[in-house]
Amino acid sequence: MFDFDKWNEIFETLSKNKLRTFLTGFAVFWGIFMLVILLGAGNGLQNGVTKMFQRDAINTIWVFPGTTNLAYQGYKSGRRIQFQNKDYDYIKNLDGAEFTSARFSVRNSYATFGSKGGAFQIDAVYPDNNYIENCIQVAGRYINENDIKEMRKVTSIGMGVVKELYKDVDPIGTYLNLNGIPFKVIGVYTETTPNEEMRCYIPITTGQRVFAYNNRLENVQMTTGDLSVQETQQLAEDLRENYAKTHHFDPKDRRAIYIQNNVEEYQEILNIMLGIKMFILIIGIGTIVAGMVGVSNIMTIVVKERTKEIGVRKALGATPFSIVMMVLQESVFVTAVSGYFGLLAGIGLLEFVGPFIQSDFFLNPEVDVNIALGTTVILIVAGSLAGFFPSRKAAKIKPVAALRDD
Amino acid sequence: MIKLNGITKSYPVGGGFLEVLKGIDLTIDKGEMVSIMGSSGSGKSTLLNILGILDDFDSGEYYLDGKLIDHISEKNAAHLRNTFIGFVFQSFNLIPFKNAMENVALPLYYKGVNRKKRNALALDYLDKVGLRDWAEHMPSEMSGGQKQRIAIARALITEPKVILADEPTGALDSTTSYEVMDLLKQVNKEGMTVIIVTHEKDISEMTQRLINLHDGKIISEPILV
Repeated sequence: MFDFDKWNEIFETLSKNKLRTFLTGFAVFWGIFMLVILLGAGNGLQNGVTKMFQRDAINTIWVFPGTTNLAYQGYKSGRRIQFQNKDYDYIKNLDGAEFTSARFSVRNSYATFGSKGGAFQIDAVYPDNNYIENCIQVAGRYINENDIKEMRKVTSIGMGVVKELYKDVDPIGTYLNLNGIPFKVIGVYTETTPNEEMRCYIPITTGQRVFAYNNRLENVQMTTGDLSVQETQQLAEDLRENYAKTHHFDPKDRRAIYIQNNVEEYQEILNIMLGIKMFILIIGIGTIVAGMVGVSNIMTIVVKERTKEIGVRKALGATPFSIVMMVLQESVFVTAVSGYFGLLAGIGLLEFVGPFIQSDFFLNPEVDVNIALGTTVILIVAGSLAGFFPSRKAAKIKPVAALRDD
Repeated sequence: MIKLNGITKSYPVGGGFLEVLKGIDLTIDKGEMVSIMGSSGSGKSTLLNILGILDDFDSGEYYLDGKLIDHISEKNAAHLRNTFIGFVFQSFNLIPFKNAMENVALPLYYKGVNRKKRNALALDYLDKVGLRDWAEHMPSEMSGGQKQRIAIARALITEPKVILADEPTGALDSTTSYEVMDLLKQVNKEGMTVIIVTHEKDISEMTQRLINLHDGKIISEPILV
C-alpha cells in the first residue's frame, strides 16, 4: 500500500490528466461538502431548540386561568376565572407534582436604586420557582421558605437588572425600591435568555400583602419529575376536572383554563428533531451515493478510455491484480482527497457563517470530530466501492483486444 | 528458443467456430530473425498473440525457451511476458502522458525495479536507439520513426529472449521503415531472437527466414540468407 513507486505511478497519471481528475473529485467534494453543511445545519437546529427549552425546566405544567366559554351550573359564559391560594394548595399536594409554585406579576412595575430606575418585571413566586425557571444563582441566595413564612421584603434580581442599575456596586445587601417600596437584595441570578434576566423575584406572600393582591394568583406551575408523557396528560386532565369543580365551569370548556404541558411539547419537538435528523441522514446518504455513482461512472469511462493503455501495460507485464490496484488506488485517492477538501470547505463555511446566524432556532451549526472521522471512513469505503467495478472491468481487458488497431 | 507443435486455435463465430490456426508446427532458434507473412485472415496476428502469450490456444504444445506454455494463469502470463518477450506494435502504443524515458522504463516498473535505477537504464537504452536527447519529450512531440525507436528501446529494456514485432513498419514511410528495420537487424546481430509479422515483401526480405502463412497453415519456410 505504501509502495512509493506505485503511488508515484498514480500521481503521475492523475497530474497528467488534470481535468479528468478534477471532474472525478468534484462529485465527491460536493457530496461531502453538502453532507457536512446538512449535518451542521441539523446540529444547529437541534442546539437552538435545546437551548430554547433550557430556559425553563422541560417537565413543567403551567396552568393559566381564562374566561369561560360555556354556561354551566347557572353561571353564564364569559365569566373570568380567578386563581387563588387554594388553587396553589391543590397542586402543592397533588400526587406526581415535584416542584410547585404560583405567581403573579405586579402591574405597572418599576424598580429604582439611587438615581437609576427602570420598568422591570416584579414577579411574586414561591421558592420552587427557582427550579421551574432554571435560574442559575450567581450570588447570594434565592427566596426561601422563611421569606414566605415571615413575609420578608427581600428580592432576588436578574443579571440584567444588576447591569442597568448597579455600576461598580455589589447589589447584595442593598435596598432596591420596587414600586417605591424598599426590598433587600438577597441574590443575583442568570438565565439563558436576556429578557428573563430583567426580573425581580419576591416572596409571593410579601407580594400579596404589600401590593394588595390578597389571596389572588395569576397562574400556578409544577414540575412532574420523571412522569411519562401519558402520565402528565392524565395529570393535566385531573387538574382540569378539579379546577372545573372548584371554579364551577364545564370540564369540556377548553377556554376556562389553559394547561400548558411542556412535557408533551418537548416530546413533540424531540420527535420533530428525530424526523429532521432522519431526513438529513437520508439526504446525506443519498448525496454520498450520488457522488459514488459519479466517481464510479467516471472511472468506468476512464477505464474505457485507457483500454489501450491498460492493454499495453498488460503486454509489458502488468498482472491483473496490479491493474485492479491501480484503478482502485486511484479511485480511493481521488475520493479521499477531494472528500477531505469537501469536509474542510464544509466545516470552514460552518465556522465562518455560524457566528453570524442570529436565530432562536439555530445555534452553533458545528460538526464534531466523530462525524468528521466517520465521514473520512465513509470516503475510503465509498472510494473503494466506486472503484471496484471499473477496476474489475479493467483487469478483464485482454491485451489482444486492447492492442487491436481500430 | 521457440517450438510449436500442432497449435490450433478457433474463435466462436455466430453459431459455430472459425478455425484460424489449423495445426502450426514451427521452430525458431535462438538468435534468428524471421518474418511471418500472410494475407489478412491467414492467422498471422493470432499466431503472434499466441507466441506473445497474449492469447490462449486450443490444442498443441508451445515451448518458450524450453518452458511449456499451456493454460497458465494471467498472473504467470504477465510475468512471462515481462521477462521473456519484448513487444513492438504497429501503432507504437506508447503511453501518451509519459515522456520517452518513462515509457521505456515502464516494463521495469512491473519487474519491480526502483525508479532511479530504471530511469538510468532507460536513458542507456534511449542512447542505444539514438534518442537520448529526446528523453524528456512526450510521444506527441515525436515523429512516427522516433516513436517506434522508443518502442523498440522499451521492448529491449528487460533483456527479453524474443522480440515480437507486429507490423513494426506498418505506419511508417519507406525511409523510416528501413531505419527501424536497420535497428531491429542490429538488435538481432547482438544475439536477440526477432520475429516480425508483416505483409510487406521488402520488409520480410530483410529477415533470415520467411514463414508464409495461408489459411491457418504454414505453406512454406524459405531461408532467405
